[in-house]
Amino acid sequence: MLAMPEPKAEILARREEIVAALVARLGAGNVIAEPLRLKPYETDGFTAYRRVPLAVVLPETTAQVAAALKYCHENGIRVVPRAAGTSLSGGALPLEDAVVIGVARMNAILEVDYADRLARVQAGVTNIAITRAVEGDGFFYAPDPSSQLACMIAGNVAMNSGGAHCLKYGVTANNLLGVTMVTVEGDILTLGGDHLDAAGFDWLGLITGSEGQLGIVTEVTVRILRAAEGARAMLVGFGATDVAGQAVADIIASGIIPVALEFMDRPCIHACEAFAHAGYPLDAEALLIIEVEGSTEEQDALLARLQAICARHAPSTMRVAATAEESLAIWKGRKGAFGAVGRISPDYLCMDGTIPPGRLPEAMRGIGALSEQYGLQVANVFHAGDGNLHPLIMYDANDPASFDRAEALGADILRLCVALGGCLTGEHGVGIEKRDLMSAQFGPVDLDQQKRIKTAFDPGWILNPHKVFPLVDA
Amino acid sequence: MPELTSPAVDAPTSEATLAALVAAAHAAGTPLAVWGNRTKAAFGRPVQAAGAVSARALTGITLYSPAELVVSARAGTPVADIEEALAEKGQHLVAEPPDLSAICGPEDGMADGKPTIGGAVACNLSGPRRIALGAMRDQVLGIRAVNGMGEVITSGGRVLKNVTGLDLCKLLSGSRGTLAVLTEVTLKVLPAPEATATLVLRGLGAEAAVSALSAGLGSPFGVTGAAFLPDGAALLGPGGSATLLRIEEFADFIPYRTDSLSALLASHGRADRLDTAASLPLWRAVRDAVPLAPSTGEGVWRLSVRPSAGARALAALGEAGLRGFLDWGGGLVWAAGPGTEASQRAVMAAAGAAAGVFWTMRAPGPLRAALPVVPDEVPALAALSRRVKAAFDPKGILGPGRVFAGL
Repeated sequence: MLAMPEPKAEILARREEIVAALVARLGAGNVIAEPLRLKPYETDGFTAYRRVPLAVVLPETTAQVAAALKYCHENGIRVVPRAAGTSLSGGALPLEDAVVIGVARMNAILEVDYADRLARVQAGVTNIAITRAVEGDGFFYAPDPSSQLACMIAGNVAMNSGGAHCLKYGVTANNLLGVTMVTVEGDILTLGGDHLDAAGFDWLGLITGSEGQLGIVTEVTVRILRAAEGARAMLVGFGATDVAGQAVADIIASGIIPVALEFMDRPCIHACEAFAHAGYPLDAEALLIIEVEGSTEEQDALLARLQAICARHAPSTMRVAATAEESLAIWKGRKGAFGAVGRISPDYLCMDGTIPPGRLPEAMRGIGALSEQYGLQVANVFHAGDGNLHPLIMYDANDPASFDRAEALGADILRLCVALGGCLTGEHGVGIEKRDLMSAQFGPVDLDQQKRIKTAFDPGWILNPHKVFPLVDA
Repeated sequence: MPELTSPAVDAPTSEATLAALVAAAHAAGTPLAVWGNRTKAAFGRPVQAAGAVSARALTGITLYSPAELVVSARAGTPVADIEEALAEKGQHLVAEPPDLSAICGPEDGMADGKPTIGGAVACNLSGPRRIALGAMRDQVLGIRAVNGMGEVITSGGRVLKNVTGLDLCKLLSGSRGTLAVLTEVTLKVLPAPEATATLVLRGLGAEAAVSALSAGLGSPFGVTGAAFLPDGAALLGPGGSATLLRIEEFADFIPYRTDSLSALLASHGRADRLDTAASLPLWRAVRDAVPLAPSTGEGVWRLSVRPSAGARALAALGEAGLRGFLDWGGGLVWAAGPGTEASQRAVMAAAGAAAGVFWTMRAPGPLRAALPVVPDEVPALAALSRRVKAAFDPKGILGPGRVFAGL
């Protein structure tokens, strides 16, 4: 288990006074302090860790967020920002002496403009709600994390969320125009705006992915894009992961950028097939799902080129969707991958390292060896085009030793990613999960530089403490 | 206030030497101008420094993996050298960074060479493709740099997806060397298109042109360039204004895309088509702001606004005696005219009225010293700028005053 900081006794002792002060600033209806109602906020998507917070506030306006933050800053009270709480790295995990500031009640879509191709939304709007609001007119919001039904745009900004389609459309940072952010001092800042690019420092770029370390975002202006005319997928099975990796390299080198390029290994294929009956080949060691976009004729042309490339690598299976329905069938297993693994093993850790795609064979061999060494099963699903791995480590939560082994195995997999020229996290964020591994990727000079920036925004280090930076530094 | 043109320049050939120079300047508290090949020397406020450090001798591509869509180069590598290496593998730089040597080179006209990749990133300059596929900063996967204490810092890496730690790649992009001196950058690259086509609508007014550009950009046909030239004659011959929409695709996809787009735009006007050979120089000219053709003594500005506000901004600048054109679907306003305080104030007013931003790309030194070259920040943000600057460069020795007076 990861170590957590000791709660500050003097803050715990002031609990009633703090709750009263928050009620005075935000109204009783926006403050939660009863133990039973605090319980749902004790964890996020990284459920192995739980801490019931001192209080939860759910502001309805940016001004209320500012009032709450200013009070906490002036009183040295830790603050944990929260959106939907779907973080897989513990990014929204509370502390016993912290006030959770949640943006869930700020969930209005404020403006949609097709001529300027932007949408301005409050930070508690869900990712999918933006696409739902514009899809009737043929538009969409591009980043599509797996949690998109639940996760909120504030969390997407905090984590710089990606998804299955970022090889073509980029991640959150590439799809933002501006945010309203509240500083710990309670200042309300507009970073970016309705226009492209920053004139001074790129605050928007710095804030995106900063995991709630620098401020709380309450409003977001995103770019919306016109959807392609159509999309179709193909499925290709290979007898070896190395061969699948070479096929991926050949596809990219051919000049085709598929809108999605997903990889699954044998354990994952079997789990998904048992769960979704998507017709996945059980004899394959590796499976690629490749999706292209365009007019029907363009899809045909691209799929034919992809078939020709894959055919050079002697695939064991190759199936091209003829219709949108057949595409959905191909995607069905992949989209249910996490649920499918959950059926085999009630508990699993979803890791999130990135490697240079060319190192895939070494990564797969390395993960296989580690899996044997720790005696835990690992299923691999990953975004092959951009090298973002999602090893799913299966363990038994009823056995504390099994969980400890799973965490240790996960850490070793991430160290392997760094050693292969990659990084600790491609889209889930550092959170608490990977904070103590930061020194595997960054030297002390780099970490000190990042910490000085943190201090420039949050001199008292009250914002989302014990996350991102190694605990010894927090 | 005379611009620094010939100070003592150090152009080391190794990052370690560059770091040692900055460390010595930090210890002595000596300000340094931060240079590459000085092709954008007039972009920003004049820097008061007795010495300069240049990354121009840090050259060479250090990694290129076409199948992984990634290239790394030392900061002084000419953009053209990287483009040439990428072209050999059928790839290109996504943001098509402009060559602005003719617009914002040094006042003595003596740049030290061609635009460098470090300069393109440090100034976050992007060409027409910015509207569709992102800015220079969006392609920066990793950086190495020397901060104001002479420490070598790194951020990001060489993979396409990376959210580990604070994103200094974006913070340093566009910071013009005032936080750290870039020594190496790693960029995402993409396959270059097989073919390029342009639809040209002649004779539209600015408002009508932006409507046509918005319709094109809001279509599913993959428009990657959307510009409006009030006077199209120089680049396209007589016929009045020119509204330009670019498609970049596989050659066999081009007819369908241009047919569909022409049909969609029929209510806006009749579209002529240009093939790849005619399109490439045209978009290079748009990229490099060639239509402005500023004369000696004239100033040049860029404004970024909401696209639907572009035509109004252009009109307001016209009333103030400036000429210009639009890129990025109307959202990027290029303007040129007398290098006077009146022009500068007209630009500031037009950007303010559109809730956008401006950059002074070139103007007489005294004017750049006296008036803001980018919008002033609100006090709370200006305070953050000072604290973040100090987090990199506590003694304020790197390019002091380059972007903001006193910073």
